[in-house]
Amino acid sequence: MSSALISPLDRGGPAQPLLTVRGLVKHFAVKGSVFGAKAVVRAVDGVDFEILKGETLGVVGESGCGKSTTARLLMHLIAPDAGTLIFDGEPVGTGGLAMREFRRQVQMVFQDSYASLNPRLTVEASIAFGPQVHGIATRAAIDRAHGLLDRVGLDPSRFASRYPHELSGGQRQRVNIARALALQPRLLILDEAVSALDKSVEAQVLNLLLDLKEEFGLTYLFISHDLNVVRFMSDRVAVMYLGKVAEIGPSETVFDKAAHPYSAALTRSMPSMDPDNRTEEAPIAGDPPNPINPPSGCRFHTRCTFAEAPCSATPPTLAAVGIGHKVSCLMHEPGSGHSKAAAS
Amino acid sequence: MSAPIVKVSNLTVSFLGGPSPICAVNGVDLELEAGETYALLGESGSGKSVTLRALMRLNPEKKTRVEGSILVGGQDVMALSRTELQAFRGKTLSMVFQEPALALDPVYTLGQQIAEAVAIHEGVSQAEGRKRALELFERVRIPSPERRLDAYPHEMSGGMRQRAMIALALACKPQVLLADEPTTALDATVQIQILLLLRELQRELGLAIIFVTHDIGVAVEVADRVAVMYAGRIVETGSVRDLIRNPSHPYTIGLLRSRADGALQKGARLETIPGSPPDLANLPPGCPFAPRCRFAIDACQTTTPEPVTIRDGQIVRCLRVGELEAV
Amino acid sequence: MALARSTAEIAALPPVIDKSEGYWASVWRRLRRDKVAIIAGLVVLALILMAIFAPYIAPADPLSGRITRRLRPIGTEGFPLGTDELGRDMLSRLIHGARMSLLMGVTPVIIAFGLGSTIGIVAGYLGGWFNTIAMRTIDIFYAFPSVLLAVALSGALGAGLTNALVSLSVVFIPPIARVAEAVTTQVRNRDYVEAARASGAPGFTIVRVHVLGNVLGPIFVYATSLISVSMILASGLSFLGLGVRPPEPEWGLMLNTLRTVIYSQPWVAALPGLMIFITSISFNLLSDGLRSAMDVKQ
Repeated sequence: MSSALISPLDRGGPAQPLLTVRGLVKHFAVKGSVFGAKAVVRAVDGVDFEILKGETLGVVGESGCGKSTTARLLMHLIAPDAGTLIFDGEPVGTGGLAMREFRRQVQMVFQDSYASLNPRLTVEASIAFGPQVHGIATRAAIDRAHGLLDRVGLDPSRFASRYPHELSGGQRQRVNIARALALQPRLLILDEAVSALDKSVEAQVLNLLLDLKEEFGLTYLFISHDLNVVRFMSDRVAVMYLGKVAEIGPSETVFDKAAHPYSAALTRSMPSMDPDNRTEEAPIAGDPPNPINPPSGCRFHTRCTFAEAPCSATPPTLAAVGIGHKVSCLMHEPGSGHSKAAAS
Repeated sequence: MSAPIVKVSNLTVSFLGGPSPICAVNGVDLELEAGETYALLGESGSGKSVTLRALMRLNPEKKTRVEGSILVGGQDVMALSRTELQAFRGKTLSMVFQEPALALDPVYTLGQQIAEAVAIHEGVSQAEGRKRALELFERVRIPSPERRLDAYPHEMSGGMRQRAMIALALACKPQVLLADEPTTALDATVQIQILLLLRELQRELGLAIIFVTHDIGVAVEVADRVAVMYAGRIVETGSVRDLIRNPSHPYTIGLLRSRADGALQKGARLETIPGSPPDLANLPPGCPFAPRCRFAIDACQTTTPEPVTIRDGQIVRCLRVGELEAV
Repeated sequence: MALARSTAEIAALPPVIDKSEGYWASVWRRLRRDKVAIIAGLVVLALILMAIFAPYIAPADPLSGRITRRLRPIGTEGFPLGTDELGRDMLSRLIHGARMSLLMGVTPVIIAFGLGSTIGIVAGYLGGWFNTIAMRTIDIFYAFPSVLLAVALSGALGAGLTNALVSLSVVFIPPIARVAEAVTTQVRNRDYVEAARASGAPGFTIVRVHVLGNVLGPIFVYATSLISVSMILASGLSFLGLGVRPPEPEWGLMLNTLRTVIYSQPWVAALPGLMIFITSISFNLLSDGLRSAMDVKQ
């Protein structure tokens, strides 16, 4: 069934990335003082990555790194200032894939399970809304909603006519997943989708996501601040810092042999889980800087233990250092002037 | 052995006012030695924060029924008068909250707030208070402390605000520090810094800390002993080592096994605890975990398990603990 | 091994809670517990019934009186609430007055609710320049005190019932539009509206399915609280001779004409004021009760 679901839509074959993101930029204006110049938050400042078919791409980073803004830009919930999206070989927007069709194929699950369900609609009505918008008859849409409820582990005869406030957090998040799947999307964006859940419930939902991915042949963009969860879920991981991608690569490489000092520090900041081997020194000092006035050059240089003079002047480029492994760091840029970089 | 600095026996807290009372804490016993860090670990609704607030009598008095005894530094907290309570809070016991942005007063600078607290509690001058504030800022490792004393809370980053909150909590040299999820709202790289700071303060000042968290990893980083809470009871308590190496309550075992950590194979499924936490207004008669427990037998549905000591300092509330140990 | 139950077995256990009630059923359940709101609601109901069945309830003709029996005190034989300055039965006039007074209180609010919430919801949902223009225009009306605005508009349009209703409606559009805009802006930024946009639904459908249901309730509750204001303003207009004309019984107008006898028959003169007070406070308490009953998160 899953192959029948994909084949008419799959255009470029397995080698074609499902979604290519190029040069994505979004700046928000914030009010400065009354007469002062307007300040700009560089939320997303030139982001490039690809999501391959059938993979889970994890996105990690701290507050202000732009991971949630990136998700909303991909969904076109906010308009980007610059950048292109190419979905399965077709540019999205003018002249290419229509926005409406793109939105059907890309769906999103939000962090706050309560705020993302209309409190005045029953669970089945919320799930059936999307299909109805796309021209499916009410009866058929409700049937589909029941099927999906069953699939996400909620008995339709008990849950279909309930309201969101009558469900627990975990149950509501299952409904949100069913709602996102109702349009039969190919890409599911999970924006901190399990972060608000209790740990015992989180595991249930993660397992469900893995099952659904297999069954429906889905591709995930999995955004989270929890490195353990991202590592468990993802094939590849992108590490973001202040609106830019610092490192992207296979998840084992990024977590175990990180090439960017920030990725390494982030991994080492996770609690150790070993009472005899506690963390003795904080991997990096200070807080993430304010994205309103990001540091010049490499944005991480203010907190980086390896920073040298060129780091504050030259912005690094995201370049390959291994198979499918890209890093944005002057230490890996030949001829950058950093003492650890190879001479050009 | 010296007398414990905090001794709570058979604490129950229920919230009235709704259609039926919400039983948030149902018989908690805990003891804390001076200079010890004790973590209360649990999910939302487990009663961990309510227990912490009860120690300071922070729960709204009119709508809450609190029973049991709470002794802190030899004082009976339940018997304190309103004025005694004011002296007690901050001086004997003080608290660090999850959201320093909400706990700090936005209209005063941090220096003013700390100096004020010191001046009120110790009857010294504002200048003296400010001197103490500067010492505290250095102690919690706030860079350029002199300048930061004149900053307002909103002018600082999350991590700096939490450090300032800790400085404020330490202003009157309390014996016990209560920490309510102090790192939950922080980024990972900042969280570890705050945890290390708390560990350092605990060691250098001989503080006793009760640390509430939902994250086992955080508990392992800071605590000497851990109590796992479920539905308002401590279901298992012991040293961090014992709890991580030999978890004995089915809930603790489930929590540890359901963690997604790096050692798992790609595509493998996590072990899960089915169902969701119980409704505190409508608790089941027996063991509250029984409806979700893989090991539950008929007796579990009707009998509330009593605490059983399985090894030195490790206490478990489970009817089947003996059988499970043997497996 | 029999020591442990499987996840499937546990999942098959009977649920702890298994009930579901509709939204309005839950509102009604919460409202029922609120004694004050229920009493206020019953008073409002009684007033409405009184207005509808006025000719059948009233003991006498409200328009005919004899000058010989003018200004009888409360408790007079045959005139339980006394008579007015033209010797008309006060009880009958108060009962008949409910018709015009409720009409003047409710109609402008209904009209303003329709127009104001449309403006506010559209402005709130669209945002951007439309919002700016619509809301700044509304703000101009805000610059005037509502009493002054009602009097000025009525005066400009000329005295009369219809003109009074029109001017009162205009007075209430800005506050309702403002509340509608604020509530809609709030709802528009909720995740479920974003999710609906992400499903590719057109704006009109999103407003119909996801916005209206969540904003009409709060706007309606706010509008209910304006009924009392409207009644008092309408009374004021009648008092100034800009609304209902004599000899039509209307509480505000009655208060005006009885003003001259305040020293000889103070209790009779106060009766229309008392009716206005009871009605407006009942509407206010009812809308307060509705507001808290409609809060889902309880």
